[in-house]
This record gives sequence, structure tokens and C-alpha cells, in this order.
Amino acid sequence: MTGTADTAGQESRVTDFSDDEVIIGLEIHCQLDTLTKLFCGCSTDYRDDGPNTHVCPICLGLPGSLPRVNRKAIEYALRVAKALNCTIVEESEFARKNYFYPDLNKGFQITQYDRPLAVKGYLDIEGDDGEKRVRITRVHVEEDPGRLVHKGGADRAKYTLVDYNRAGIPLIEIVTEPDIRSPKEARKFLNKLRATLEYLGVFDSEKEGSLRVDANISIQPRGWFDREGKGKADRGRAEVKNISSYKGVEKALTFEVTRQKNALRRGQRLGTETRHFVETRGVTTSSRSKEMEQEYRYFPEPDLRPLRVCAWADEIVLPELPDARKVRFMQNYAFSSTHAATVTGDWKVAEFYDNLPIDLRTQAATATWVADTLLGELNYRDMSISSVPSDHFCHILIDLKEGNITEKSGVEVLRHILDQIKDTGSCESPKNYIEREGLKVISLKGTVEAQSGVTGLLTDDNPIVIAVKEVIAEQTQAVADFAAGKKEAFNFLVGQVMKKTRGRAKPADVNQVLSGILGKEG
Amino acid sequence: MATLTFPQDDRYNAFITMLDKAETGPGKLSGIGIAIKDNISTRGIQTTCASRILEGYLPPYDAHVVKLVKKAGSGIVGKTNMDEFGMGTTTENSAFGPTKNPADTSRVPGGSSGGSAAAVASGMVRMALGTDTGGSIRCPAAFCGIVGHKPTYGRVSRYGLIAYANSLEQIGPMARTVSDISLLMEVLTGYDPSDSTSVNCPYAHIPDPDIRGLKIGVPEEYFGEGVNPRVASVVWDGISLLERKGADIITCRMPSMAYALAAYYVTCTSEASSNLARFDGVRYGPPADTRQTWHESFQERRRDGFGTEVKRRIMLGTFALSSGYYGKYYAKAQAARQQVRNDFLRLFREVDVIAGPTMPTVAFRIGEKTDPLSMYLSDILTVPANLAGIPAISVPCGTSEGLPVGLQIMGPHFRDERVIDVAYAFEQGVSR
Repeated sequence: MTGTADTAGQESRVTDFSDDEVIIGLEIHCQLDTLTKLFCGCSTDYRDDGPNTHVCPICLGLPGSLPRVNRKAIEYALRVAKALNCTIVEESEFARKNYFYPDLNKGFQITQYDRPLAVKGYLDIEGDDGEKRVRITRVHVEEDPGRLVHKGGADRAKYTLVDYNRAGIPLIEIVTEPDIRSPKEARKFLNKLRATLEYLGVFDSEKEGSLRVDANISIQPRGWFDREGKGKADRGRAEVKNISSYKGVEKALTFEVTRQKNALRRGQRLGTETRHFVETRGVTTSSRSKEMEQEYRYFPEPDLRPLRVCAWADEIVLPELPDARKVRFMQNYAFSSTHAATVTGDWKVAEFYDNLPIDLRTQAATATWVADTLLGELNYRDMSISSVPSDHFCHILIDLKEGNITEKSGVEVLRHILDQIKDTGSCESPKNYIEREGLKVISLKGTVEAQSGVTGLLTDDNPIVIAVKEVIAEQTQAVADFAAGKKEAFNFLVGQVMKKTRGRAKPADVNQVLSGILGKEG
Repeated sequence: MATLTFPQDDRYNAFITMLDKAETGPGKLSGIGIAIKDNISTRGIQTTCASRILEGYLPPYDAHVVKLVKKAGSGIVGKTNMDEFGMGTTTENSAFGPTKNPADTSRVPGGSSGGSAAAVASGMVRMALGTDTGGSIRCPAAFCGIVGHKPTYGRVSRYGLIAYANSLEQIGPMARTVSDISLLMEVLTGYDPSDSTSVNCPYAHIPDPDIRGLKIGVPEEYFGEGVNPRVASVVWDGISLLERKGADIITCRMPSMAYALAAYYVTCTSEASSNLARFDGVRYGPPADTRQTWHESFQERRRDGFGTEVKRRIMLGTFALSSGYYGKYYAKAQAARQQVRNDFLRLFREVDVIAGPTMPTVAFRIGEKTDPLSMYLSDILTVPANLAGIPAISVPCGTSEGLPVGLQIMGPHFRDERVIDVAYAFEQGVSR
């Protein structure tokens, strides 16, 4: 028995979800990374400054002030609309969204309503079941409101302060069709969208509060969405408001799937509900519905002229976007599909890679090192690629390439400089560290005719020889096992030597010396 | 450079704020004291819109027109009384008391720019700035017996004008002579990038009284029901004078007049309900009581801070924009507005200007208009020009019952010069 809520909409329990699907639509608000605000000349670079220092009569909404549209913001929005394959609306217009809130300086927000900038686009993503097209309903431009500050926390503050530095920052709102089928897919969509926006040079995801998402989510019988007359069978949905991080979206939606399934199992009817994501607890809570029942009284903004920007949009040339760059990385550099997706999936990382010296970036080892090692270590430390000094990183890669340090030492050096940067903002050169810590590969070259295999020529002061001899002296049992024909014992001994030399010796050299000495003894 | 000093005797309560002196400089308005309606922002000078809710508000910036008149050498005398936020036809709806008509102190000066009109009519100042949303310059000009011009929409920057109904209103000149109106137009017009509805169409014109061969349309509706016959008769005499000066008089019809008043009141109240939302006690006026929730505090501030007429219009506009009513009211009003525009466009293919009375009656007695609807009806002859965005001037054309009557001349978009010429021809004809 599946999808029973489908039948005449009575309240029946859903016990089996195998033939149901999760339906998700997103509304994404991103701050456009312009130098000045949407309707005035105030700087958008407010994050390190005191409250209400980036304001003027316009963004304060002082009586008599009038908005004037920042061309750059519209250009940025057009770039986004084009990159999302949207149709630019012939004549779009700004509208007023009227509501009262202390952070809203004019008592209305200038946004777009029934005539948005662009409609009907799509973004292709790597979905749960391979390549997937998520349709975009609309793209529009609006202003950010101010910000309320509750000193000492929302519950304990005796008064509320208002900061209008953020008021008037240009936002782009991107609305998707309900084409997303899992919380993970939602995350993937957002990652692809973020990458696309950063490639366009219109968005900086590292700025605090630069992204906010509202997510619509419901669980419906498979195929319900495309069915005619689905309204009757609708099991209800939740709109989760104001999620402010990429991880948060996946968390909030995952919580919702569980919550809604549990409710359906109990035979509850969900209805339509607005919920809030509580980031710290990882749960969504119901918003008091009375407060959310808004009447926005939209009407066209009389202080601004309609926008006719189709011809302008045609002139805009888009830069290389993530999909194209992925293909280029695979063709021109030695990238696997997976590594190419990882590196090109973040504009800053892709730029970092593209700026490495040509002989390094064409190497498979470099691709692996950036995609796996570097990004892994950055992620572990919650650091951005922009804090990595490219010259130091290249030094490590060159030392690796030339065999001056081992892979293991390379990772050690990288970790060391990243830790230093995280703690102090700067780091010593890899060269210094390698010398100080003696990480240079211990080579047999020059001390022995390595190729000859004549161990007798090995000088006793070679560190590998010393280490091998020490290990043989210490690991008598393993030596005995080896002598008795146990091959695994040899590997164990190699491992012990590697440990003693702190990874500076090449396994091949250790093999050679160890087998030479053991063979002689044996 | 000269310092003007002013007598502080404001017997008509024309001013909300009076300055005792002002610096003047060189320029077209050198040495002239000018009064500014109190809904136009003046840096460092209290600007209240005649509302308690803005009492004590000192704008940190000058309106574009204020910069212009200062640059032209004039000195600001003070800020004139008005109907609160421009909402009224009498200047009785002021938190600072009514202004009296200098022609008869038992009468209202008209509104909403009644303070500016009284200041000019009484000779306190030579010229003043008013604002006209639905007749607020022309009505008090007619009632006080001075000249007032509402420019073509977009010709004068609205930057710094505290909005009542953005899509309808314009700042304009008020003076005792058409020449002064023309002089002030030279100063006020021109493109201002900070007003997106501003149009680059400067006024550089010397009034020309030669109107021979000019076609003047007179719509029947301007002499219809509700227009006082004695006022109508005075205005017809004025139109005859224009005919004697060589103009052709052509009677015509303006059927959209039937919807004009409704379209006007739906539009202006809708826009006002949104424009006035910012007055919530957070940024202006007496501080809010923070022991309440923000919602309660907003309600209290707005309940106590706004006058009755303002609250009435906010409620009307809020209703008209509500979902389920938007199509029935706001959208319909915009359609009616388009019909008014079309009527004018059609008429201006046949005639050069349109003439009629400015107001259907002479100035009301103070306290006479107690019913808001009958007050709204008195705007019927002025609102069509605002709905269409065309220029319209009111010029004194005699008296009825000893009270001034205004002749209204309307012209096509950006033909303020032509309208002013006709008014000038009339003024010259009367004085000869």
C-alpha cells in the first residue's frame, strides 16, 4: 500500500514510502557583489565598519529621498539570468512590497513582483541519478533591508538596535521549479549555483550573510507533481525560511523529510506551514502562522521607470562557466572527471589552479594534489583557498616532482604552513621548514652504486643503512619470521624502517638495502 | 551678497517655521526672499509636512529645488503651512493650525499649499514653492488671487519632496505675476539624475503675450454640475478676453472626467499608504515606547502622530491595494487614468491649450467643509492635469462675491511655455 493520501485526500497513514518522492523547490537570495548599493552610492563594504556608517538619505529611506538604479547591479543580474538560460523580460519593473518591520527603513521593500527581470531558465547539475536539469522559474532584483541587533542575545536584550549598513545592498532572488528530489540534490544545486555566480564575478560566497535560502519541501506519491488535479491529493508542504548556509539547507531539509514522514506515518495532515530553521539545533520549528500571514499590497514603484534591458542583455558576453572549464581541465590538464568537477566546482580553486605554472598544472600529480590533498587539508581547517600562498604551494609541488621530498613529507609541509597561516596569518617558506626538519629525501645516490645491488659498498654512515641495521637489531622476531620464509615479515620491517626515517626514505631504497642486508645475513 | 531680514508678524499663520534672516547671493533670484512649502526638505531647517509625526525633524540634506533656488541667489524665508502631507484642499488639516486667506480671513486659503499662497498674496514674500498632487498649487492660487503653476510631470526634480503621491505630484512656482512664475520656472527645471522620473527639458523662456490664432479648447465638463454659476460666469468672461486677444475658442468634451476623481483618489491614497509607512517612530518624531512590542509601538506612534484625514487616506489606500481589491480599485484607477490621458491627447490634436475654472467655487469659509467627500469633489477640475502629467496654471481672473476666482490653462506635455504665454496674455489683457 503506497501513497494512500492520494485517494480522496482522507487522513490515512502512510506506512511505506518506497513509492513516494521528496519534492523541493528553492528560493535563493544572494547579495550581488557590487561596489555600491542598489539605489544609492553608498559603499557595500560595510562588514568591518561600525553600525550605520555606510548610509545616506536614500538607503536610510529618509523622507523625500528617491532611489536611482545602480546599472552595475542590473548588469550583474542580467549575467546571472543569462547564465541560468533565462528569457529576459521585455519590460520589467520594480514594485513595492509593503510591510512593517523595524529593520525596514521605508515601510516597504523595493523588489520585483509580477514583471521580474527574467523568467524560465534552467541549471544543469549532477543530480542524485546523474545529469539533471533544474528549471528556474524567475530571477529578480531587490534591496536588502537593514539588520536588527539584539545586544546580549534576542531573549535577554532590553532593547533592539538597528543597523542600516546592509539596507539597500542589491540582492538577486532566484526561484526554482520544484524539480529537486532530495536534500543532497538541493545542496548540489546550491553548490553549482554558487560556482556559477562566482564564475560570473557577481557574488562572493565568503561574505557573511551573502546567501539566504527559503526551501519548499513536501513528500508526495511518485508522479504526483506532474499529475493533473493534484491539488486534492496534496499532502501539504512546509516552507522553511531564512536558511543562511549551504550546509544548513541540507540539514534543514533532511530534518524536514524525517519530520514529515513521521507525521504521515501517524496519519497527520500537514497542510501548508511556514517553518524556521534553528541552525544551532539542526531542527525546524513552526512559525506562529498568524505573524506570517502577510498582505504585502504590491504595486509598481512609482519612483522608478520600467526596465527595458533586452538589447543590453544581448551585448553581455559571459565568461567561461563551470561546465566548460571542467571540460577544458580534462582536455588540457591531466584531470579525471571527478577531480575536474571538484576543482572547477569552486571558482577560486579553479582560478588558483589555472594560475599555477604551466609545467605543474599539466601534471596528473598536481591535479590529484590540489583536488584531494590541498582541498582536504583546507576543508579540515575550514580555510579558504585564497589564504594559500601559491608560490609556497608550488615549491612543495616542485620538490615532490623532483623527488626532493616524499609524498608524506609533502603533506607534512603543507599541514605545517596551513596551520601557521591559520594561527598567525603568515607562514615560513617550505624550504626553511624542509631544511630545519631535515625532510629532504635520504638518498642512496652517491653513497652506493644503487643499481648494482652490491650492498657491501654501502657506507655505514648512510641513514638508511643505520635505520635498517637498528630495525634488524630490534625486530628479532620479524627477522626470524622472514628467515623462516614469511614474506609479510619483510613488509613489516620496511614499515619499521620508514617509520624510523620519518618517511624521508624512498620505499624502493629501503627495500633494496633491507633485502641486501637480510640476504647477506640470511 | 545681502542679508535679508524678515518681519516675524505671521498674521495669516502662513508659516510653520519662520527664519529671521537669510543670506542671498548673485543669480536670477538675487535678493529675493522665497517661502518653501514644508514638505520640501531643507537642510537643518525643520521640515514637518504639517504633521506631528515629523515635528522636530531636521533633514540632513536639501531638496534639489532648494539647492537650485539657493544657487540662484534667493534667500529662504521659512517653511509654509499646508494640509498635513498635502492631504487637503483648505490648509485646515495642519497640526499647526489653519492658515487664513489674506483676501478674507474668515476663509480658507485653499490647499494644500495654502501657506505658500497666503505668504505670496499678503506680500510677505515675492514668490514661493508649492507642490501640486491634485491641485495643491492651483487651488490656493485661485482662492488667494495669485498665480500658481503645476509643471509637466518630470520637468522639476522631486528629489527631497516628501512624497504623498509620487506619480502625480510636482513642485511648482507660486507668485503674484506670470513673469515671476516664468522666472522661477527657469530656476526650477532641468534634469536631475537623482530623480529617475526627471526629464531633461529645461525651461528658458520669456513670456510672449501674442496669442493670435491660438486654439483654446473649453470642455463642457468644466462648466458642468457642481460648478458655481457665478464662478463660471467670471471664468467665461476671462475666456472671452482671450478671444478678444485673437484666440479661437472651441468647445469640446472630456468624457473621462466622469472617472477622474475616483481614479485620482484611489491612486493618491494607494501611493500615500505606502509612502507614509516609514513614519513608525523608529527614526523620526518622539521616540517610541520601547517597553512595548515593536508592533504595538508602531501602532501607537501612528495613531497619535497622524491627523484624521491622513489616517483616512492611509486606510483607503491600504484597502485599495489589498489582494482581492487591487484589480477592482488600483488597477482600475490606472485604466481610468489612461483614459484621461487619452482624452487630453485627443483634445491636444485639435486645440493648443484647454481652459476652464481652476476651482468650482470661491474659497470656503473656515470650518465649512466638514464632510470629506464634498471636499474631495472640489478637486474635480484640477486632478485631470495630475492624472495626465500635463502642465496647468491658475491665473487670477476677477472676483465673485468679492473673492478671487482662478482661470486654469492646461497644455500638452512639456508645453509649459505655451501655458505660461496664455496666462501672461490674460494677465496683460486684464491689467490694460
